[in-house]
Amino acid sequence: MSRSSSGRRTGGWFGRVLTRRRRHPLAAVTVLLVVLLTCGTAYAAFTPSTQSPLGQATVSQSTQIEEGRQLFAIGCASCHGLNGEGEIRDDGTVLGPSLVGVGAASVDFQVGTGRMPMAAPGAQAPVKPVAYSDEQIAAMAAFVASLAPGPEIPTDDMLDTEAEGVDIARGGLLFRTNCAQCHNTSGQGGALTYGQEAPRLTGVEPKHIYEAMLTGPQAMPVFNDELLDEDDKRDIIAFLTAINEQPDPGGLGIGRVGPVSEGLWAWLVGIGGLIAFAAWVVTRSAAARSAERSSS
Amino acid sequence: MSTTTRTGSDVSTSNNAVLQGAGKVVGFVDQRIAANNWLKRNLRKIFPDHWSFLLGEIALYSLILVLLSGVFLTLWFKPSMAHIIYDGAYVPMRGIGMSEAYASTLQISFEVRGGLLMRQIHHWGTLIFIAAMSVHMLRIFFTGAYRKPRELNWVIGLLLLTLGITNGFTGYSLPDDLLSGTGLRIIEAGILAIPVVGTYVSYFLFGGEYPGEDIISRFYAIHILLVPGLIIALVTVHLMLVWYQKHTQWAGAGKTEKNVVGYPFFPIYVAKAGGFTFIVFGFIVLMSALIQVNPLWFYGPYDPSQVTAGVQPDWYVGFLDGALRVMPPWEFTIFGYHVTPSVLLPAVILPGVLLTLLALYPWIEQRITGDRREHHILERPRNVPVRTGLGVAFIVFYILLWIAGGNDFFATTLHIPVNWVSRFLQVSLIVMPPLAFWITKRICLGLQRRDRDKVLHGMESGVIMVSPEGEFTERHSPLSAAQAYALTAHERPQVHEAGAPTDANGIPNPNYKHDRRRARISRFYFGDVIPKPTREELEHGHHGHAELEAHSGSDATSDQH
Repeated sequence: MSRSSSGRRTGGWFGRVLTRRRRHPLAAVTVLLVVLLTCGTAYAAFTPSTQSPLGQATVSQSTQIEEGRQLFAIGCASCHGLNGEGEIRDDGTVLGPSLVGVGAASVDFQVGTGRMPMAAPGAQAPVKPVAYSDEQIAAMAAFVASLAPGPEIPTDDMLDTEAEGVDIARGGLLFRTNCAQCHNTSGQGGALTYGQEAPRLTGVEPKHIYEAMLTGPQAMPVFNDELLDEDDKRDIIAFLTAINEQPDPGGLGIGRVGPVSEGLWAWLVGIGGLIAFAAWVVTRSAAARSAERSSS
Repeated sequence: MSTTTRTGSDVSTSNNAVLQGAGKVVGFVDQRIAANNWLKRNLRKIFPDHWSFLLGEIALYSLILVLLSGVFLTLWFKPSMAHIIYDGAYVPMRGIGMSEAYASTLQISFEVRGGLLMRQIHHWGTLIFIAAMSVHMLRIFFTGAYRKPRELNWVIGLLLLTLGITNGFTGYSLPDDLLSGTGLRIIEAGILAIPVVGTYVSYFLFGGEYPGEDIISRFYAIHILLVPGLIIALVTVHLMLVWYQKHTQWAGAGKTEKNVVGYPFFPIYVAKAGGFTFIVFGFIVLMSALIQVNPLWFYGPYDPSQVTAGVQPDWYVGFLDGALRVMPPWEFTIFGYHVTPSVLLPAVILPGVLLTLLALYPWIEQRITGDRREHHILERPRNVPVRTGLGVAFIVFYILLWIAGGNDFFATTLHIPVNWVSRFLQVSLIVMPPLAFWITKRICLGLQRRDRDKVLHGMESGVIMVSPEGEFTERHSPLSAAQAYALTAHERPQVHEAGAPTDANGIPNPNYKHDRRRARISRFYFGDVIPKPTREELEHGHHGHAELEAHSGSDATSDQH
């Protein structure tokens, strides 16, 4: 008897809240939140993961290139072909471009930022958690570089932004002239056509920025050493590092993207807040007056 | 009793030497300029009370703050396009060639004490000033406060909004940074698109080929002298007209077309408006101290050979930029002359048409309704469904253009191809405003029915009764007289009926076609309005309903002047 009544109480507690609160002004909001959370969690759970498709310790220990070839055959060949020759469907769509001559820098960039392997063919390879270890990436880079000569991975002294003669302001000028039309002057990225975008450059490793300039991944043009020499590239990287690390002197940065977010803030926070204050001023004085009237 | 006489009597009973002295001064001035009567009348001027009447005040106070902070900025800003090499405090720009305007803006931001705060106050204040004017104007529109005799003040308000936007844009361009320079380039394209005179106007404005070396100093004169002068003059006229024509008020018991029910300017509104001034000041300054706006040190100096992703104007020009972005790329050649409607339509014709329609709306409505009487009582938006629907359709159109202005931003934030965003907006701009009009009108009519039910049957009390037969009914509590009055104070609109095409003798009515057209428009405007209950319906409606006892009817009749 007591057990059943307590059971009913616990069951009834939820029911009672439901009954009592279902006409609460926030009830619809709560239901919406619950549904959104459920859908979001389910989506996250069912999205195909992009983990390495590879058993860790099964790699043979022969040469680095041989190791790279094997990794390539497992993780990349389905789109790029067993020898990196690329794959084109019968209807002419490129499943994976040819990798002959793209060089080690290209592999290091694409795989090192998690862009490759792609989860699905699409307009843009998004940045993801990196699927391979540094040694594995180096092995694949060695394999692709062995197919034909191509851009090399930059050495540490090419990336040294503290070195003698590095000029941040010159880097900024070069950046605004060559890069800002897609990546925005503060490196916030921007939209390109048909689902492609120029990614945000905050938090990107200097090595990857250098490799991107060298190899021109996806929609990006190639900035080879004749267009921007080694010093130019180093200055640009120094400029990006400097503004990434620079605090916002004006307060909250609101994305550093300029007028769109400023307009949103002006309306939602600025005018919204002031209208709330206006309503408050009116109720204040009314309350004060009615109190005055009742006391007199 | 006037305040000046009260001051006099206070002085006579006081031993305080300061007060006595002050009283003497007041007496001296009063005897010479005889302002006693004028002050007595005007200090006791009555204003009604409602939160929506404070929207214009937000605009006024933010304008004052913008003027004050602007004066501070002029002390350091150099409106010159002379080319210099920057060697100031901001390291990522050191050694870069730029105009003096941009260099002095960097100096204000990084070297002048309090300069960045003042710049941010000036910028946030402007964004809020124009937003407040817009919201104020929407309030005037939706409540019908622009009706006779206030049509002129409506036009002045629209002029103020236009001037505010003009000044905002010139100010946005002054620092000569890459962002605003790109915006200026787009404006130049709009000017060039004007047929026949476009190139001449552009050459005149820029003093030669764009960008030239004069535009910043010319914009400076416009920005700090010409337009602010006009704004201050028009604000003065605007307020004088409000004062002279008296403020509109909401319908309510004791409120008529002939009186204003509310509280006196002095002391109530002097205190309230004074307090609200400092709330607005404080709010904007706090916002400026905490949130960064227009970080132009990232953008770099303007260079026509450079451009940056994510270029947008400030929000108040955003709808024009949006119109440009979603416009299909039409251009053609007539008689060897090149015409570009893809720029001309969105950048020149669209704002022109919008401004004209807005300016003429009070008279357009008078033509439709045939109502040329004076009105001082506001209309609830639901009671004029067509006007409300038109207003909401405009808002939807405007917001869609806004989104178009940031189409790249929305594309990257939401990970949707930017082409889809633009195509969606192109369709929406045609489909959504009529849809919004229809939905709004239906909502208004529904609310009217609800008001009618409330007046006839009272408010739902939440008390459910079970009769012995098992029938469930809800008890309704009747409205108080004041509540019922407020819900039924609006007029019963008359739909214009067209007369007969021929009179009794078979002679055709020469005005019949015109009359029929008027009747059609009138039916569109008023045809669906739910009639408010008649006296008979009211008496009938109250019988046969289980009713709770009336609330202790709180009398809404307020102090009256």
